[in-house]
Amino acid sequence: MTRKTSPDELHVLLGTRLTGEGEQWLTAALDRTRQDRAAIGALFPAAGRRCGRGPLLDVESSRPPDPRFRGWTVDDAARTLMMAALPLHGTDLGDEVAALYRYGDAAEKRGVLRGLGPLDTDGKLGDHALPLVHDGLRTNDTRLITAALASYGARYLQPAAYRQGVLKCVFLGIPLADIAGLDERADAELARMLTDYARERRAAGRDVPADVLGLVDPTDITLSREA
Amino acid sequence: MRLFDPHIHMTSRTTDDYAAMHQAGVRALVEPSFWVGQPRTSVETFVDYFDGLVGWEPFRAAQYGIRHHCTIGLNPKEANDPRCREVLDILPRYLAKDGVVAVGELGYDAMTAEEDEVFAAQLALAVEHELPALVHTPHRDKIAGTRRTLDVVRESGIAAEHVVVDHLNEVTVDLVADTGCWMGFSIYPDTKMDEERMVTLLQEYGTERMLVNSAADWGKSDPLKTAKTAQAMLKAGFTDDDVDTVLWHNPVAFYAQSGKLDLDGDTDIPVDRSATFAGNSILRGARPES
Repeated sequence: MTRKTSPDELHVLLGTRLTGEGEQWLTAALDRTRQDRAAIGALFPAAGRRCGRGPLLDVESSRPPDPRFRGWTVDDAARTLMMAALPLHGTDLGDEVAALYRYGDAAEKRGVLRGLGPLDTDGKLGDHALPLVHDGLRTNDTRLITAALASYGARYLQPAAYRQGVLKCVFLGIPLADIAGLDERADAELARMLTDYARERRAAGRDVPADVLGLVDPTDITLSREA
Repeated sequence: MRLFDPHIHMTSRTTDDYAAMHQAGVRALVEPSFWVGQPRTSVETFVDYFDGLVGWEPFRAAQYGIRHHCTIGLNPKEANDPRCREVLDILPRYLAKDGVVAVGELGYDAMTAEEDEVFAAQLALAVEHELPALVHTPHRDKIAGTRRTLDVVRESGIAAEHVVVDHLNEVTVDLVADTGCWMGFSIYPDTKMDEERMVTLLQEYGTERMLVNSAADWGKSDPLKTAKTAQAMLKAGFTDDDVDTVLWHNPVAFYAQSGKLDLDGDTDIPVDRSATFAGNSILRGARPES
């Protein structure tokens, strides 16, 4: 089982990626968010301008990248900390997070979807935000679909929805290494769906992506006609 | 020649317009939120419209090498409909977004009490969010409307240099010239101003705090009016520098007061036609190659 990411852990990592000015702004923004639940409405959109939009992981670091933060940006992390600073729990927290998503631009929506996992570390959110994951999966925006299948989506999606999400990634060319939960959730039905997909590709004379081949039995995808 | 159209409603225009604008030198523009030609009846439809102004439309513009920013506000016409008033409550979320460089367009339509209230409330939001305000003058009863507009601006406490008063003409420009507000002029095929009259005003009032726009929208209008005004200026003896002042530096200076104008120091932005927005491409019939 993949280790859960806590907001505190995220804060430490983010601290290494912020300028002095960015750090100062974030500290003030988190304080305001703790004191006034309405303040986040205007602070959340500003995270990219104030903290940066680059990758959260230091690409020049000699240490191997932590796969849990693959694809995360600095503003994703800042927005996650802001959501975690909200003085709310359960349904109230779910409602405010839903509003941030509803009124968010693409970067804000991505930040919400990625942040749901850390926000739920101690189960304080539960499945209240699952409708947002479904909304993200309905888009054709690869950034949102990827974020919808981050740790929270992998934790709460029903099996059928999770499988459809994975298949949508395959169709849109999203690397399966970018999404969460495959080790725990890949089941016989997903293998069947991917096998059918691989056969269809072969029948059309097209390549099968390597990450799909890793999830199917190669002897099952030799070309054959349906009886 | 590089051009900045400080007021144009691209949501109502085609990709052919974008291509022609780029060809004519337009490299940046601001799209004010406005009335879409038919009354809206709920807050939710405004939200979708605002989402387009900060999402799909900048993407479409970028496909033609043009930087797109917008202004967000509740226009006076719809401020009179109680079903739309709650738009005011969601404005703070949108005013905080990256591409939003002013509150607007604001001002009067029929000069009702409701319009007074909504106008003042949005000027207060501009002050609170440290944003400039784009204020238009009414089509009907224009002189009285411009006076009343300036009174409300003064009472709001917003800095004069943070305000552009738009759709001015020969009879209203004097009211604004000494206030410290910026003066906006919309160049139209038939109504408002035309290129030659604009050149005359520039000769009389100079180029300082002067903004020229096409205000092109869903009605009879011309998205190339900024370029045509530039040509008319040159023909009348203005220098290239004068044109650059009015049609580039002035709008940049005005909207840069938001701290959010992003021109990346380069007006020739690279065009990536294979890009998609929310999975949609402006290319028809062929998916972009992945």
